[in-house]
Amino acid sequence: MTSAYMDNNATTRVDPAVLQSILPYFSEYYGNPSSMHSFGGDVGKRLEEARAHLQSLLGAEHDSEVIFTSCGTESDNTAILSALAAQPNRREIITSTVEHPAILSLCDHLERHEGYRVWYIPVDRQGRIDLEAYTAALSDRVAIVSMMYANNETGTIFPIETLARMAKAKGAVFHTDAVQAAGKIPLNLRDSAIDMLSLSGHKLHAPKGVGALYVRRGTRFRPLLRGGHQERGRRAGTENTTGIIALGRAAELALEHLEYENTVVRALRDRLEAGILGCVPHTFVNGDLESRLPNTSSISFEYIEGEAILMLLSRANIAASSGSACTSGSLEPSHVLRAMDIPYTAAHGTIRFSLSRESTEAEVDWVLAQTPPIIEQLRRLSPYWGINGPVSNGTGFAPVYA
Amino acid sequence: MWDYSDKVKDLFFNPKNTGILEDANAVGDVGSISCGDALRLMLKVDPDTDIILDARFQTFGCGSAIASSSALTELVIGKTLDEALKITNQDIAEYLGGLPPEKMHCSVMGAEALHAAIASYRGEEWSDDHEEGALVCKCFAIDSALIEKVARENSLRSVEEITFYTKAGGGCQSCHEKIEDILLAVNGPQSTPVKVAMPVKVATPAAATPTGLTMVQKIQKISAVIDDMRPQFQMDGGNIELVDVEGDTVKLAMSGSCMNCQSSGVTLAGIQERLMLTLGRPVRVIPASFPHS
Repeated sequence: MTSAYMDNNATTRVDPAVLQSILPYFSEYYGNPSSMHSFGGDVGKRLEEARAHLQSLLGAEHDSEVIFTSCGTESDNTAILSALAAQPNRREIITSTVEHPAILSLCDHLERHEGYRVWYIPVDRQGRIDLEAYTAALSDRVAIVSMMYANNETGTIFPIETLARMAKAKGAVFHTDAVQAAGKIPLNLRDSAIDMLSLSGHKLHAPKGVGALYVRRGTRFRPLLRGGHQERGRRAGTENTTGIIALGRAAELALEHLEYENTVVRALRDRLEAGILGCVPHTFVNGDLESRLPNTSSISFEYIEGEAILMLLSRANIAASSGSACTSGSLEPSHVLRAMDIPYTAAHGTIRFSLSRESTEAEVDWVLAQTPPIIEQLRRLSPYWGINGPVSNGTGFAPVYA
Repeated sequence: MWDYSDKVKDLFFNPKNTGILEDANAVGDVGSISCGDALRLMLKVDPDTDIILDARFQTFGCGSAIASSSALTELVIGKTLDEALKITNQDIAEYLGGLPPEKMHCSVMGAEALHAAIASYRGEEWSDDHEEGALVCKCFAIDSALIEKVARENSLRSVEEITFYTKAGGGCQSCHEKIEDILLAVNGPQSTPVKVAMPVKVATPAAATPTGLTMVQKIQKISAVIDDMRPQFQMDGGNIELVDVEGDTVKLAMSGSCMNCQSSGVTLAGIQERLMLTLGRPVRVIPASFPHS
């Protein structure tokens, strides 16, 4: 084994069974599901089967509560804009400081250009939501609360049911971005206070370009895209038939592998994490270790920078990602790590390893063999690092700050 | 991942002159941990000749920061201090075979470290006047701090003015919303035109209507746009000239650093878009050589 794909939170490989299931719908049954002729074959029926698989994965009461979209971002945008449009008298939004940009950029825009008030609930050093601040922000002025189910960078799982029940008590719509959670942890929306939930196909071994939004029956809804009758008029536009069929099959497989994900994948992740921490000093794990996705590990390597680590890992055929500034082109390190108050020297050197059901023992071995010398090599180059450890504060490196 | 040049990759994977220089007599520490870059440059200067005999570095930073540091040490060894001071961040970037616009700050940090080290050797005070913000204009590598500063100092009110003063927004124009946001922050909500959703039956903008232009009128309009944009090119030591118009095809000649600049394609696209707005019909801009050369 000479490679390791440890970037499954960024995207997953399309499962070969998923790929097989959709090929005929490109070449043979290419008709539009809305047409009266049979060139669409049974494609309309396949879409409804896919919806039923999503229903099972989510534990939803009705299959009509699932709306297919083009991606997680579209689902997130639809949810928030719908809740605002449906409740014009409520002019406030609650979210957290560690959400995905699909939520944060939209909220920022709504705040600056549309006059909404947005409450950003902070998190603690472990990435746990500040319940006191949340309680204080909740009121009957809040149209929608949007809190991610599990964080993409650290895997930290929020107490979503508690948050949802608190929102319902104030009459606010509750939405959760479950793009990282769906398919990795059990969901049971039938008995939940969640009103809306976003998920994305390519995070669970379906292709990119398809997502879904769950909308609980009875939730007032306003579509983002208006046009044809597709998705019962809640999301107009010709269906991405192959994407939807793939997502259905992927949801079916994800449900089958849920236990595997939480036992075998979790054990692989734990071995990887313990192995790195055991042999690389000045290294720590980020997130809520009590409540975390089974596949995600965010590790801070102090005194070195993440992009440099990634480039050397990549040369060793290891794919991971970083919370560093330099990979994104912005100058600030990851907003998630900053919100958690991780020191800059560590936030810049944070690497996220994210596994999937396709990850193997051999891949973990490969990462464990390759990583320590890479970290050592970069620390030798670092002005913050002495012979065997960080330079002490008194005599150490103190650059003129820009 | 970034599209780094082979030279950047080579110097990142195999950096030269790394580690501590024990008998250094000029040291420059610059950078910012919050920006994710910090550099210590150590020089050994011959006190009689002012020649830099040796140079080493330690860098906390990304691939291009480490490559820039390595390039810097290679550029300065053997030079006198006065010669070394002439090295600009552009020289470092050039040595590296170019840097992505987002990464130009790595070369700036290198030049700063050099100045700081030489100042320390000469017993002078070195102060950093460099400020950095988020990258706004990717075509010309202009960040928010610069746009804000220039907008404030010159009381700028419109995106066009920002483009004229800083070049930001003069290429592909996709950063115009960000520039408007900066102007809003600097000037407050009253002074910038508020974006209003266009009602369906709004009159078509005047610029989009001329259908019956004569060829002369058309060329005059195109020339006006080119003249308007020329100062931006001249600021880069370049120039732009209208060569010919054939139907809806506009031939332009460009010269100077714009030519080699990686954004010249984008610049052409930017000009094309401006011409379409002005003429109110689709045109195609293609590069041509200067008629007199």
